[in-house]
Amino acid sequence: MLLLPCPHCGLRDEPEFSFGGEPAIRPVPASTVDDATWADYVYLRQNEKGAHREIWCHSGGCGQWFVLTRDTVTHAVIAP
Amino acid sequence: MRLSTGGRIDRSTPLAFTWDGRAMTGYAGDSIASALLANGVKIVARSFKYHRPRGIWGAWVDEPNAVVDVVWQGQHDPNARATLVPLRDGMAVRGVNAFPSVSFDLFGAIDAFSQFLPAGFYYKTFKWPNWQHYEPRIRAMAGLGRVGHQRDTRAYETRHAKCDLLIVGGGPAGLAALRAAAAGGLSVMLADDQPALGGSLLTDTAEIDGTDGLAWVAAVARQGQVLSGTTVFGAYDDGSYGLLEARNHAPAGWGQARLWVVRAAKVIFATGAIERPLVFPDNDRPGIMSADAVRRFLRGQAVLPGRSVVVATNNDSAYATAHALQEAGASVVVADARAVPGAIADGLRVLPGTVPLGTGGRRGVSWVDLGPQDGARRERMPVDLLAVSGGWSPAVHLFSQGGGALRWDIERVAFVPEGGATVAGSITGATDLPTCLAQGHAAGLAAAGGGDLGAPYSPPAPAAGAVLPLWQIGTSRRRQWVDLQNDVTAKDVGLAAAEGYRSVEHLKRYTTLGMATDQGKTSNVNGLALLAAATGRSIAEVGTTKFRPPFTPVPLAALAGSRFDRLVAPLRELPVHHDHLALGAEMRDYGGWARPACYQQIGEPVAAAIAREADNARARLGVFDGSSLGKIEVHGPDAAAFLNLIYYNEVANLRPGRLRYCLVLRETGVVFDDGVVGRLAADRYLLSPSSSHTAGVLAMLQAWHQLEYPAMQVAFHDVTAAWATFAVSGPRARALMQQLGSSVDVSDAGLPHMAVADGSVQGVTCRIARVSFTGDASYEISVPTGYATALWRHLLDLGAPLGMMPYGIEALSVLRAEKGYILIGTDTDGMTLPVDLGLDGPLRAKQVDFVGKRSLMTPDAKRADRRQFVGLLPEDANAVPAVGSHAVAGPREARRSLGWVTSACMSPVLKRSIALGMIEGGRARLGETVELFHLGKISRATICAPVFVDPAGERLHG
Repeated sequence: MLLLPCPHCGLRDEPEFSFGGEPAIRPVPASTVDDATWADYVYLRQNEKGAHREIWCHSGGCGQWFVLTRDTVTHAVIAP
Repeated sequence: MRLSTGGRIDRSTPLAFTWDGRAMTGYAGDSIASALLANGVKIVARSFKYHRPRGIWGAWVDEPNAVVDVVWQGQHDPNARATLVPLRDGMAVRGVNAFPSVSFDLFGAIDAFSQFLPAGFYYKTFKWPNWQHYEPRIRAMAGLGRVGHQRDTRAYETRHAKCDLLIVGGGPAGLAALRAAAAGGLSVMLADDQPALGGSLLTDTAEIDGTDGLAWVAAVARQGQVLSGTTVFGAYDDGSYGLLEARNHAPAGWGQARLWVVRAAKVIFATGAIERPLVFPDNDRPGIMSADAVRRFLRGQAVLPGRSVVVATNNDSAYATAHALQEAGASVVVADARAVPGAIADGLRVLPGTVPLGTGGRRGVSWVDLGPQDGARRERMPVDLLAVSGGWSPAVHLFSQGGGALRWDIERVAFVPEGGATVAGSITGATDLPTCLAQGHAAGLAAAGGGDLGAPYSPPAPAAGAVLPLWQIGTSRRRQWVDLQNDVTAKDVGLAAAEGYRSVEHLKRYTTLGMATDQGKTSNVNGLALLAAATGRSIAEVGTTKFRPPFTPVPLAALAGSRFDRLVAPLRELPVHHDHLALGAEMRDYGGWARPACYQQIGEPVAAAIAREADNARARLGVFDGSSLGKIEVHGPDAAAFLNLIYYNEVANLRPGRLRYCLVLRETGVVFDDGVVGRLAADRYLLSPSSSHTAGVLAMLQAWHQLEYPAMQVAFHDVTAAWATFAVSGPRARALMQQLGSSVDVSDAGLPHMAVADGSVQGVTCRIARVSFTGDASYEISVPTGYATALWRHLLDLGAPLGMMPYGIEALSVLRAEKGYILIGTDTDGMTLPVDLGLDGPLRAKQVDFVGKRSLMTPDAKRADRRQFVGLLPEDANAVPAVGSHAVAGPREARRSLGWVTSACMSPVLKRSIALGMIEGGRARLGETVELFHLGKISRATICAPVFVDPAGERLHG
């Protein structure tokens, strides 16, 4: 059970959060990007071993979405 | 047999129990295992694979054999571990994996075929294409207990706690750590899995700080929060630990087990060590026991498991057992593998350089051959107990789970933790009390960072002799067992190595060494030592398998706690739930809401009720409880612009007071939800997502606002529960509305289809919307939830003279199917794009870059052969095709599925069956006939437009 840093509520238990996966930068304006770029944004993620940027929502608390960097090997939060 | 004195049992409290139906007696303070030993029971189990008779080996979590079936007070535990379950009065205990009993097992004949059942036998033999024939038979022959079908009515609770320091283990080292840490001002929790604290002090008396060891234990235990009978089964992320507290003495209803989730800033593992068996020929007979376990049973429960005993050892620790047995009146011979025994052998007969070379005895060990390792000579000794010590394996499981590194210690012949001050006691390989106390004290002091009281004092122990590494004795053709629980022999390990399973993880999976309830607590190190020898590597090079939670089995019920049934998925009730019941409503779970499926009249079948309600709503007037339909208010100056970026349809140009049917897509273009969007004011919208999607739509709005458009000024509010909503629908709907007495003009001109107005009824705020899911003129009236009952009853009173009847979800589903209105998740799935539903207007007209738009412009989204939403008119007008039936077409050799039926029912208007479906290129196939295939039966249907009633939509205006 991780301890995650909510920007409003501080360190809270993992069950209070929802995982949003790896953040993907939405290509805009979408109508101008090619199919491959769009498919990359919608479907493909890096799933890095080690330092991994991911988004979480404090859904059982204040409802805030936030980005953090976590080590997928040790599970340690590297940077909020 | 039971000794007349000694032990921590209460001889004034006899406990009656049965073993395989035979009446026996034990005492308070017994475990099931000690009670069985006291009653002279030798065979407690049949082994997993070969049905070999097996007895009790250990006294703790390491016990591989004594898995038993226990029934007590109507509750059934199919795989209870006899060494860990306290005996209770009236317990019925049975052996498992045997027929009719472990004492006489018909499957025992399997053992004679063991040479045909080598390691990996299962994988080599029972494979495709006939696996399904073997599987049930193997399951019947092998394995452990059988799960009952009775509901577990015991109460399991969950607690959360935090502390500065968690100490795992309540032996001398753990308690010394508690004493030091508490003195330094830390809040300390200490968990110990035994019913009583003290660890080794319960077995071996000692003096600490000038007092009796157990008196010292009692004094120290008061200095922190001590949980006895509590196993720390898992070390998880960020200092969290899972604990299972067995509450064996709690009366029924007061919680039989408690799951603790503890967050500890620091931890000290004082988890002890587990005695290893020796690997020698026929080392699995009942009556061959861990030397340490023999002493624990003797001192703890005054049980003497044998009178003619050989103690076989490669280290000093077993000498304490030899002395204890001799004091209890047994005749004892010590076979010490070492040429020069290290321990004090006062008064004991010791045979140096001697090991067990073989054993005999059909129902329990009756003789042992002793001699030098090379087998140059052997001497047969009659015994009824062979106590064995092959050295000690530190209980590093939790330490390793928590990420700690292990090191093979050549001197101690064990994997020891590189844990510094987070480990103390025999987990470090320490073998004497003063060292354990000093380590515990140092660990507690390091955690507290001050407040040194000085370490507890215990008289120094004599210097310990070295441990002789001894992994396999002799090369006899007799089997040498490594893992008793999984029936793995030394030969199996060698075979696995010869077949290329060099990784210890592969060895485990191929031979099952170290699996099941004991997780190799006795077999792990012996197994990997044999693998090392077979592959010419050192033990350090081979390493251990990964230690994973849980340390001991945890009942799923304990993990679930109170989170089951409606406590994990609450069923929401409508505001007028009880009025529905009074009307005969059949309530069902629709997306987490208890809603009326239909209202059955007395003696009326469900299907007839649905048809009657639908028919009446078409012909006259119906009323429907739509309170569960989502209501999300969206406010703010940017509300229009924001929603326009989310919704598929144009919503920014919606005039206040108007409604529009809209879709929400995922970024993949797939339809996520549909619903009506209403504009209440320039800066205020009301969304009506599907009942079961409201939370999902709200979460999606919040995520897009925060992550993609944070600068926009907009806020969301789920007001679903604040309003009760009832819909009246049918040709007489306006007549009823005109009698309602609301302040809203409900004429077709005053409130046309897809309009909404706020007003009041009986002086109470109300909102009236002209929106229809039936195809008839419909009005949705919403009032604050507190007025739900008043409005509902008022509507029923007004509607009665007009022939109004309430209708349920099932009738609504029929009415909307006649109109071809989609049900999200029923007619659509995870691949449905709006164009598949024939809704392509917004894609062509809307300029804004809404969610999912770009995905609708891909080649895949533009394929002509996408499955499209169409109607299906069955050839047999009286047969309703099954939902899910595949529509097949094409010549025989190229017949394939073009899609499937998504909805089907009898149409009250057409008096015939109708269906909706998703059909490949369906809109270009109108008029074509397809075959509907379901469970081998074929019917025919004609593809048509997905609207069966009132295609022009004239009924909507009433």
